[in-house]
Amino acid sequence: MSADPTPIPISPIFGRLSLESFPLHEPIIVATFAAVVIGGLAVLGLITRYRLWGWLWRDWFTSVDHKKIGIMYMVLGLIMFLRGFADAIMMRIQQAMAFGGSEGYLNSHHYDQIFTAHGVIMIFFVAMPFVTGLMNYIVPLQIGARDVSFPFLNNFSFWMTTAGAVLVMMSLFVGEFAQTGWLAYPPLSGIAYSPATGVDYYIWALQIAGVGTTLSGINLIATILKMRAPGMGMMKMPVFTWTSLCTNVLIVASFPVLTAVLTLLSLDRYVGTNFFTNDFGGSPMMYVNLIWIWGHPEVYILILPLFGVFSEVTSTFSGKKLFGYTSMVYATIVITILSYLVWLHHFFTMGSGPSVNSFFGITTMVISIPTGAKLFNWLFTMYRGRIRFELPMMWTVAFMLTFVVGGMTGVLLAVPPADFVLHNSLFLIAHFHNVIIGGVLFGLFAAINFWWPKAFGFKLDVFWGKISFWCWVVGFWLAFMPLYVLGLMGVTRRMRVFDDPSLQIWFIIAGIGAAVIAVGIGAMLVQFAVSIWKRDQLRDTTGDPWGGRTLEWSTSSPPPEYNFAFTPVIHSLDAWHDMKSRGAERPTQGFRPIHMPKNTGTGVILSAFATIMGFALIWYIWWLAALSFAGILTVAIGHTFNYRRDFHIPAATVETTEGARTRLLATGT
Amino acid sequence: MPEITMLALARRFRPALRLLPALVTLPLLSGCGMVVLEPAGDVARQQGNLVIVSTILMLLIIVPVMALTIFFAWRYRAANKEATYKPDWDHSTQLELVIWAAPLLIIICLGALTWVGTHLLDPYRPLARTAPGNPVATEVQPLDVQVVALDWKWVFIYPEQGIATVNELALPVDRPIRFRISASSVMNSFYIPALAGQIYAMPGMETKLHAVLNRPGNYEGFSANYSGAGFSKMRFKVRGMDGAGFTTWASQTKGAGGTLDRAAYLRLERPSENEPVRRFAGVEAGLFDAVVNMCVEPGKMCMRDMMALDAKGGLGLAGIHNVRPLEYDKTAGRGSGPAPDRKMVAALCLPLPGDEGKPVMERRVDLSPLTGAGLSRPGSLPRATFIAAADETSIPTPIPFAKSNR
Repeated sequence: MSADPTPIPISPIFGRLSLESFPLHEPIIVATFAAVVIGGLAVLGLITRYRLWGWLWRDWFTSVDHKKIGIMYMVLGLIMFLRGFADAIMMRIQQAMAFGGSEGYLNSHHYDQIFTAHGVIMIFFVAMPFVTGLMNYIVPLQIGARDVSFPFLNNFSFWMTTAGAVLVMMSLFVGEFAQTGWLAYPPLSGIAYSPATGVDYYIWALQIAGVGTTLSGINLIATILKMRAPGMGMMKMPVFTWTSLCTNVLIVASFPVLTAVLTLLSLDRYVGTNFFTNDFGGSPMMYVNLIWIWGHPEVYILILPLFGVFSEVTSTFSGKKLFGYTSMVYATIVITILSYLVWLHHFFTMGSGPSVNSFFGITTMVISIPTGAKLFNWLFTMYRGRIRFELPMMWTVAFMLTFVVGGMTGVLLAVPPADFVLHNSLFLIAHFHNVIIGGVLFGLFAAINFWWPKAFGFKLDVFWGKISFWCWVVGFWLAFMPLYVLGLMGVTRRMRVFDDPSLQIWFIIAGIGAAVIAVGIGAMLVQFAVSIWKRDQLRDTTGDPWGGRTLEWSTSSPPPEYNFAFTPVIHSLDAWHDMKSRGAERPTQGFRPIHMPKNTGTGVILSAFATIMGFALIWYIWWLAALSFAGILTVAIGHTFNYRRDFHIPAATVETTEGARTRLLATGT
Repeated sequence: MPEITMLALARRFRPALRLLPALVTLPLLSGCGMVVLEPAGDVARQQGNLVIVSTILMLLIIVPVMALTIFFAWRYRAANKEATYKPDWDHSTQLELVIWAAPLLIIICLGALTWVGTHLLDPYRPLARTAPGNPVATEVQPLDVQVVALDWKWVFIYPEQGIATVNELALPVDRPIRFRISASSVMNSFYIPALAGQIYAMPGMETKLHAVLNRPGNYEGFSANYSGAGFSKMRFKVRGMDGAGFTTWASQTKGAGGTLDRAAYLRLERPSENEPVRRFAGVEAGLFDAVVNMCVEPGKMCMRDMMALDAKGGLGLAGIHNVRPLEYDKTAGRGSGPAPDRKMVAALCLPLPGDEGKPVMERRVDLSPLTGAGLSRPGSLPRATFIAAADETSIPTPIPFAKSNR
């Protein structure tokens, strides 16, 4: 603690960056860095050894195919999930250790970065890519489209999200990440109290990824509204498509608020404005309001698509039409609208009057009515069904049993006087992990197990899937029930060390729970590996392994580049089920050339420039920021002159592909 | 009013209600102190009751849903060929009515409970009772305590007794207490689980909390909102004592010596962790108001004056030039590294009420012209002459301003 600061050395070439920016004195980080370098070199070596660079570049990185982009989003989410979970484990170990005068093994500088990074990564770079990837893959198939409305924009959106993730990962080894909590409340996140690069990494990672998220939202709204197959009226759309539509409306309406509030914060940090400072009439409370006006819709952005997944899964595996489709759709719309009217419940304790607090408390509770209706609809879909307990259905039942508890504690926290005693406590942590793990993650696992055969043409291994399932469910309850108890004991969040030794046992139980979850994650990775290894035994040649009801199951697995040789015509909800029950035949002739978008590397290049620009702005390397911004403009303008952006798949190729499938269906089943 | 009855009912059946969650988790919870449900203050007790009542109200629907989920999952498993199978059944108006109405009814009850509970337990509302059946008489004056969250410790000022403490809050039992809460640098949350729900402590803002402690004893208080590196250790002792005990404690503190004046406050404000308990026999008048108005630093304009000026249209260009570097840089003190200059608005006004006759500014404000980074002195710029005038009149002994901090 020096009372006499030296001026910040800003070199004209390297900005704030110097040798001291690399955390070489932190053995944990150095070891992680070494592991990442060795692992990274191994992966790069293997890619080079098997000459996969060309394949990766041509078939994946530059692809504008919504299916490939969807898969790349999922891979990004999975990689970041491992990072976010590593942070979680480190926190659990620290909190289980730091009792009775022990400082644990993390100093506050490191620990405070970890809990911030955990939250930021899990929301922005795990849940968001997973959800976006899922919508990207499934929505066009469900509505009988050949791609999204703006295929290039889709590729660009993915790479911008990746650029944000790269910046967050970079902060681990160059400089530091924010030590502010995942929403970076000022004044703590202002330049006066967080002068180093952490908050700048936070701002630019979110801003750059936010471009991708917003554009992807616009893209999917346009796709759902304009590209549905003929006959598919709004009330004949599959429920997953409906929930995706609502989610993307939420994205487009709420992310600009995040962009705006982070812009104001960066103006405070970079040019000395005073929107959120203590002095000069700044109002940190304004930041808290604005960020939650984005933040509350955000949690519905995450959960709504998974509500759609549960609807599809329940109906498919119960062998039954979804109960109450119309009320399901209206429930989704009501949730979409109400999610904008509840933000203040995140800070009842700021001292608003009782009328304001109870207004926001009651609007929050009202959301539980449509949510409850949805739950009942799933229940009555199961009622008088023939439920096959495949992995997706197991995850769905686990969700229903877990999520109601999270919902209940959520409504409890919406009662302002109850929130006064539970706000910011571990009870709150338990609550939102209860809904995000129990809802979003369980839903994603249901979705991955459900649609994996569609994406890759073979099912996932059931044995390892069940191990993963039970470890996750048991681990979840073990890890978070103690947190509910600790919350009721008055323990607050983000603590690094504790005095009261009677708390320790609960943290140890929670740590064991996290370890069980770790086994569940390991089992899931093994499940993927084993399934790929045994893909021939698990092969599905029908394209419809579960007795599906929606259009994506009508095409082959994996679907051809063009999805559907002929655009299907829709007569009822559950279009594929309808076709099957009426004995519709696959067309086998009369194919015509199919108009498709062409791959382009522009998205990769733009996002590379954006990453460099973000890095330069974080480190005050102004010349590089200006240069890369000029690069972005040049490439973007240059791209508008690229007229070779589409091609036709010849009718003969379509005929060959479809002919092969016809033969496979004849012999395979 | 049904909801009031519900609160009353909850109160009457409290022991039984308390037992209920305990029964559910009995094997786990034996012996652990759930202070949120078992507090020592009447406000926290009512808030805890509300937690329990709301939970029970919601369990009315949660338990049947969970039971139905398990039952349906079992009954309609594919292996059970006995069960009815109706693949095309997808609508029932009656059922739809029930599934929307059931949660709606629960939420109507809970909403009523929320509305009433939120108003009755509003932290800004003076207490109507100190315990069930113990209304507060009109002539009873609540004990005032002013709370300031500093980096990373708490200061408590007792204006009535004229004393102050650091990291120790002594409270008389059964007397209503009125907290006025603020912070010096970043947002914190003032929380004593045994006493009452928390409320944010924010720089430049004042929040209020009314509460009462019913049982003597030692309790824990802390910040419940992350505020930086020293956050984990930002805890204080709460000592509940009877009226006589509190008077004795106050007079002992009064006799101990030491004064919390602006200079002492500014020293205290510097970031530090694990501060021991400290007591001050005297407090400079108007200190808390200066904290809330962010003008403890000598020569800094108070926010209320700034707002009053702005309400009258501001100072125009003169206002722009009336800006000085903040003398004390908390950033450096926090050990988080150097930062660009922080600026402040220089004081134009006379001392606060209650400060008359005392030197407000111990050190003179630096009157040399401001320079921007890399810019030459803007010598030709019109200086706000009345600043200088104000400075000259209010400072009895000018001390040369030491340019020490940069």
